[in-house]
Amino acid sequence: MSRVRLLVGTRKGAFVLTSDGTRRRWSVNGPHFAGWEIYHLKGSPADPDRIYASQSSSWFGQVVHRSDDGGETWETVGNDFTYEGETGTHQWYDGTPHPWEFARVWHFEPSLDDPDTVYAGVEDAAIFRSVDGGLSWAELSGLRGNETGPRWQPGAGGMAVHTILLDPADRRRMFVAISAAGVFRSDDGGETWAPKNTGLHSAFMPEPEAEVGHCVHRIAQHPARPQTLFMQKHWDVMRSDDAGETWREVSGNLPSDFGFPVALHAHEPDTVYVVPITSDSVHYPPEGKLRVYRSRTGGGEWEPLTGGLPQEHCYTNVLRDAMDVDHLDPCGVYFGTTGGQVYASADGGEHWVAVAEHLPAVLSVEAQDLV
Amino acid sequence: MSQARGGKAGASQARGGKAGARQARGGKAGARQARGGKAGARDAHVVRVVLPAHLRTLAGVQGEVSLAVAGSVTQRSVLDELEARFSTLGGTIRDRSTARRRPFVRFFACAQDLSHEPPDAPLPEEVASGKEPFVVLGAIAGG
Repeated sequence: MSRVRLLVGTRKGAFVLTSDGTRRRWSVNGPHFAGWEIYHLKGSPADPDRIYASQSSSWFGQVVHRSDDGGETWETVGNDFTYEGETGTHQWYDGTPHPWEFARVWHFEPSLDDPDTVYAGVEDAAIFRSVDGGLSWAELSGLRGNETGPRWQPGAGGMAVHTILLDPADRRRMFVAISAAGVFRSDDGGETWAPKNTGLHSAFMPEPEAEVGHCVHRIAQHPARPQTLFMQKHWDVMRSDDAGETWREVSGNLPSDFGFPVALHAHEPDTVYVVPITSDSVHYPPEGKLRVYRSRTGGGEWEPLTGGLPQEHCYTNVLRDAMDVDHLDPCGVYFGTTGGQVYASADGGEHWVAVAEHLPAVLSVEAQDLV
Repeated sequence: MSQARGGKAGASQARGGKAGARQARGGKAGARQARGGKAGARDAHVVRVVLPAHLRTLAGVQGEVSLAVAGSVTQRSVLDELEARFSTLGGTIRDRSTARRRPFVRFFACAQDLSHEPPDAPLPEEVASGKEPFVVLGAIAGG
């Protein structure tokens, strides 16, 4: 029988939650790396027991761990993320040039085929690749070296590559999203990159439709329809049907189109999930009601999903890497909150159960299907 | 390595409890261990290093670490030897690109804050002789 494993990164450690295919009862294992910020954990699609974990702290910097047994034990691997060649500058908050400085790994994206190959999205924005299971890292410097790089600028949370998508239909094609620069696409395995932000409008920018500078919070791609991408931007939920060449807004009837995560149903490419947040200055759900919104029409028309979620006095946030789906039938949907809850739905979002509570603030949630 | 589930032992270490103190004073065994290590060099100094709890976990050690440091005993030579012996500590005390002390890490010895001393300045004789430990600790910051 299938099982599901959730990899949960929090401000003070990592937790591994497991359930059988019914997804009714969950066991919680952890904390691993107690006291460290775990920005992200992610398992290899080719070997789910191979998991990469990014732990960091203001005191001791970046550490990377790898598990080869599904999170039971961990091995320290490489943490040398040295930018290649000339570091160059990006814009600082005040618009002055500021040198690129490595701060932390925000996101790991393991290869679709090879457990030893994994990509790391880092702050200050860059992408690295390891082909030896995380022991060593080499920058794919074409991204940071893009001619627009000197115009990139950090958002309030820093300037990071926080999303990496590996196109299942074209193994040379990759997407990244950067706050606050925008979306970039490579068609040559990460060697060169081009901004793909046409159609984005960010009112806070001097040129609202500039080539770069957009605070993209998350992008998602369905493997069955890789030309279509969905985006949760700082404000606006967007959609592209031409692999990022152009974007159009699909915020529709959402109570707020500000938010962080966007996720897609495993079996329905037009079913999209977002979690509306009040505004960029009020980071909790509108009216204190925690609602996941689902569109079954590829955006534009949205319905609130509230079953089992708090509908009063809820003032938590759901961060960009803290929502995921499994591939069982019906599709399971999961998200974690900054209030330390992990919610699970075993029926595509109709009903939710808190499968963990009182954890440290949740930074990331990844779901793994286990046979 | 199974990583840290905190617990009483870790807390006791963090407070530098009795066991840690005994180990800290336990010079002979540590000294033998250090001499038996990489250097084996007759002129190596045996330097005692106290690490903060998170770095002890990362290095897989308990209590103090004793290092055989050849040549002049400085922040740089001690930390070079520490990182050579425990590669998992690379980048956690000193920035990898600049080799400078990370901002929220401090160095103490003999009741002095040595954090701002030049990395190649000699450490106090008491550290070089193993009488006093070289203490690496995280600043009081964060939540």
